[in-house]
Amino acid sequence: MLDQLSLLSFASGGWGPALLAGALVTVSLALACLPIGLPLGLLVAIAARSRKRLPRAWATTFSTVFRGLPELLTLLIIYYGCQIAAQKLLAAMGYEGEVLINTFLAAMIAFSLVFAAFSSEIWLAAFKTLPKGQLEACSALGLSKRTGFFKVVLPQLTRIALPGLSNNWLSLLKDTSLVSTISLVDLMRQTNLAVSVTKEPMFFYGVACLGYLLFSALSGRVFAFIERRYSRHLQGARA
Amino acid sequence: MSFEQLLALVVDPDLLQRYGPRFIDGLLVTAKLVAISFTLGTVLGLLLALARISNKTVLNRMAAGYIYFFRGSPLLAQLFLLYYGLGSFKSFWQDVGLWWFFREAWYCALLAFTLNTAAYQAEIFRGSLLAIAPGQFEAARALNLKRSTTFFKVVMPQSLLVAIGPLGNELILMIKASAIASLVTIYDLMGVTKLAFSRSFDFQIYLWAAVLYLLIVEIVRRTLKYLEGRLGRHLN
Repeated sequence: MLDQLSLLSFASGGWGPALLAGALVTVSLALACLPIGLPLGLLVAIAARSRKRLPRAWATTFSTVFRGLPELLTLLIIYYGCQIAAQKLLAAMGYEGEVLINTFLAAMIAFSLVFAAFSSEIWLAAFKTLPKGQLEACSALGLSKRTGFFKVVLPQLTRIALPGLSNNWLSLLKDTSLVSTISLVDLMRQTNLAVSVTKEPMFFYGVACLGYLLFSALSGRVFAFIERRYSRHLQGARA
Repeated sequence: MSFEQLLALVVDPDLLQRYGPRFIDGLLVTAKLVAISFTLGTVLGLLLALARISNKTVLNRMAAGYIYFFRGSPLLAQLFLLYYGLGSFKSFWQDVGLWWFFREAWYCALLAFTLNTAAYQAEIFRGSLLAIAPGQFEAARALNLKRSTTFFKVVMPQSLLVAIGPLGNELILMIKASAIASLVTIYDLMGVTKLAFSRSFDFQIYLWAAVLYLLIVEIVRRTLKYLEGRLGRHLN
């Protein structure tokens, strides 16, 4: 057991730095999906509530497709699809050569779309719980649509949507392990490499699982904190 | 561009003839994988849920640890852990006579999926069992019903109604997750797709797979919606 642990050391010959670097890639990939995924999800939810038919149809299609496809397939479609599209585009402009899309970028786009599709459902459910009177009060106070949305609606939505979003975040974090198949060197890929060199699959895959567990536990803490913050105006009333 | 040319961009007849039958095979493999692991997962999940709500501390803790592990780590890592990890103890498995099991990617994938979905289903069952009003148990005792009768005739039907929605979601998640099996040399729908793409380099193959997956998920979703309506028809 002890000589196995030395495989994780940070000295030369140990896999510690490599695994840590992989873990960093995993976390940064998951975090990089949030700035696109969260607003896009909200946008899709708003489109789904629109009175016009076209945005509604788009929103339904978007969320059906990206919630229905396996994440692995979405990832491969985006990865190869972007590659082929870029190649065709460049060929039309006169550049003939191999085009390689950055795997991080492709993975980021793919997971952002998936995250947006799943979170749009959460936002939609949150919209339903928002009392209509809130909007009426906004217009009674003469607030502009913008102010009403960002200062009145959104904070309340966020509080309700947070538990659902935290679930989505956890599945996003776990789904990022799939990028190892398009050879982006994340925690999973780094583990595969370590296994192929050291021939210690049980140990290294166990460590990888523990790594992901650690991230899940940490995110649980963070989300608990954010949830407390967003509902701190309710705590006084409860006590 | 004529309609036929346009069609050939999406469905090339030659390609369809060459890989169509393989896609059917892949679909069947996916269906088998999901059906078996989901059913076994239901049994295991129900047991775990019962352990989770029992007041025996050891049992309770063990079930909680199991659920935490399998819900907290990616299915891909679990699959590799089982297939490559446990598969590396070849001499041990040969001694116990289980080598035939851990040698095959198919059995390992089945095991990994079963263990994984059991953890998720356990949480669903736990929630649905806790949703039953205590008065129901008291009433069953007052009627002097046996414990098994209480469970199967009183508790089960009610909790199933609560559970069927989330269970349906879990089934759909499993169908999607089963694509991961293609990474350990199983030719399910995803595996066939990757094989066909690596031979033909035709992007439309991925689009076929996408349409097939969407079709399956949509059919399952509608069926479940119908079932849910049937089960809850006394409520409307």
